[in-house]
Amino acid sequence: MNIIVCIKQVPDTTEIKIDPVKGTLIREGVPSIMNPDDKGGLELALQLKDQYGANVTVISMGPPQADVMLREAYAMGVDRAILLSDRKFAGADTLATSYALSGLCRMLDYDLIIAGRQAIDGDTAQVGPELAEHLGLPQITYVADIKLMDNGHLQVRKENEDSVQVLEVEGKCLLTVLASAVKPRYMSVSGIVEAYDKEVEVWSADKIDVDENLLGLKGSPTKVFQSFPKALKAPGEVHEVSEEEAVELIVNKLKEKHII
Amino acid sequence: MDFSYSKTEQLFLQMIRSFAENEVKPLAAEVDEQERFPLETVEKMGKLGLMGIPVPKQYGGAGGTVQMYIMAVEELSRVCATTGVVLSAHTSLCMAPIMEHGTEEQKMKYLPKLASGEWIGAFGLTEPNAGTDAAMQQTTAVDAGDKWILNGSKIFITNASYANVFIVMAMTDKSKGTKGISAFIVEKGMPGFSIGKKELKMGIRGSATCELIFENCEVPKENLLGALGKGFSIAMKTLDGGRIGIASQALGIAQGAMDETVKYTKERKQFGKAIAKFQNTQFQMADLKTKVEAARLLVRSAAWKKDMGLPYTADAAMAKLFAAETAMEVTTKAVQFHGGYGYTREYPVERMMRDAKITEIYEGTSEVQRMVIAGHLFK
Repeated sequence: MNIIVCIKQVPDTTEIKIDPVKGTLIREGVPSIMNPDDKGGLELALQLKDQYGANVTVISMGPPQADVMLREAYAMGVDRAILLSDRKFAGADTLATSYALSGLCRMLDYDLIIAGRQAIDGDTAQVGPELAEHLGLPQITYVADIKLMDNGHLQVRKENEDSVQVLEVEGKCLLTVLASAVKPRYMSVSGIVEAYDKEVEVWSADKIDVDENLLGLKGSPTKVFQSFPKALKAPGEVHEVSEEEAVELIVNKLKEKHII
Repeated sequence: MDFSYSKTEQLFLQMIRSFAENEVKPLAAEVDEQERFPLETVEKMGKLGLMGIPVPKQYGGAGGTVQMYIMAVEELSRVCATTGVVLSAHTSLCMAPIMEHGTEEQKMKYLPKLASGEWIGAFGLTEPNAGTDAAMQQTTAVDAGDKWILNGSKIFITNASYANVFIVMAMTDKSKGTKGISAFIVEKGMPGFSIGKKELKMGIRGSATCELIFENCEVPKENLLGALGKGFSIAMKTLDGGRIGIASQALGIAQGAMDETVKYTKERKQFGKAIAKFQNTQFQMADLKTKVEAARLLVRSAAWKKDMGLPYTADAAMAKLFAAETAMEVTTKAVQFHGGYGYTREYPVERMMRDAKITEIYEGTSEVQRMVIAGHLFK
């Protein structure tokens, strides 16, 4: 089985601070990490490799600095790493990004594409599903577990907010994975020692099957109107009480607010 | 001159910090409180290759550097000094002498299982009457034709009750003094070998520190490590390497106490403001931070020399001396900054202060380090 995993380098938003005057994110000095949902996806791909044998290729679109994240993927156990990096991709929104990635995927031999549900910097959750549309693939989102069945189909556990679905899928497909579903493995020491001896292939726009007019800013219909940080909610109240007392407390609060 | 971490080291640091934070730190208080050897952590470390960092790939290791290994000891000790010393004794005191003095057969037999963490390693030099004066060995090894017969005992042996392989020093010819000491590879379960009482310690309470007892212990002929009569020299070289490990452990403890104190003094308010805002706090912490960074440079420089194959005996002694004394000073002041809370087990600085003390004592006391440094200075 050949698996492509889409990964993105993002600023570690848990370390991001907000400029108190401008109200914008201060990105300077903030470490870059592999997007958590993507890392979850990579872990599920590596588990398939461990259990059934698979060839795992990670792909990413971004600036040359994303190299370190692809080295991390090598140290976790992937077989191949490709970075799409070209000025022509600059300014891409989710549509232009997913289009570029689809051009790369068409050049590769694959049975399954795994992406993270969403990136912690943009929070759109669009690139995975759009990539599936560009490639004409069936897709399952919010995936927490993947198993290979005896008939060669995949059995996929999809965790919605309020329900769980177990689905069977036949043939090529795209899955988007949740970080919360799986604990990603650590890089191994020998993987780290070898990571910089391996090749991270850097592909430019002319190497993939795309119409250049649909790349980068030119191919991006989304116009950013305004950016602002999420308003912080007031801290909640924490009460450490027994279950009975908790019920009474909640009921009283609801009555207080005239909800019941 | 380049003081930066290599790309490989940066990747390693990312991994070991995350491992220490998520797998080791949550157990640290419990391991100390219950005096419990963190076996589950050692198993996880084995799977990731952390138990064989500087061991070459052909012997089942990760093929990393001494620098990476000491970074691991530092980062583990930053959250749990017990876990740090388990790795240090295993790597520096057991695998290193096999790598440096073992025959090809010995390396092939022992290193793969040690490097994978399936086996844990230990080292036996200290005896009741041979501490700093290590030449006063009373354990004997007698040539009995097809085997060696060992008699005597060793004390304060780190990892002892969990170890499978021990590097043991014994007198093979009393008349020759230190040149009559030889090194042996002893396995758990060899006839006549047993583990004695476990020490109840002030700090690093999760590490299993026990006595080794040899009563007509039969060791195969091929388990002599290095040449006959070279045991003292092997022990001293092994301790040179071990000191870089303990220096890193001390550095990690100091850094851990700094981390805790910065966090606490920013949160703790007295007289209407965070105590980090007081100049007394700031000046004292600035001095401590400077010492921690100086210790880090000494440790990294000693490890670099070992990686480069340069002489490093005095460097290792200076690194250990300075890092250990810095750890003691930082942790003592960290408790002071925490006030009454710092004296309770609710905050980790209490444990860190207890853990720091041993770094001034084992693998050569601070006094021994000064002897080594002065020996090089006035030779």
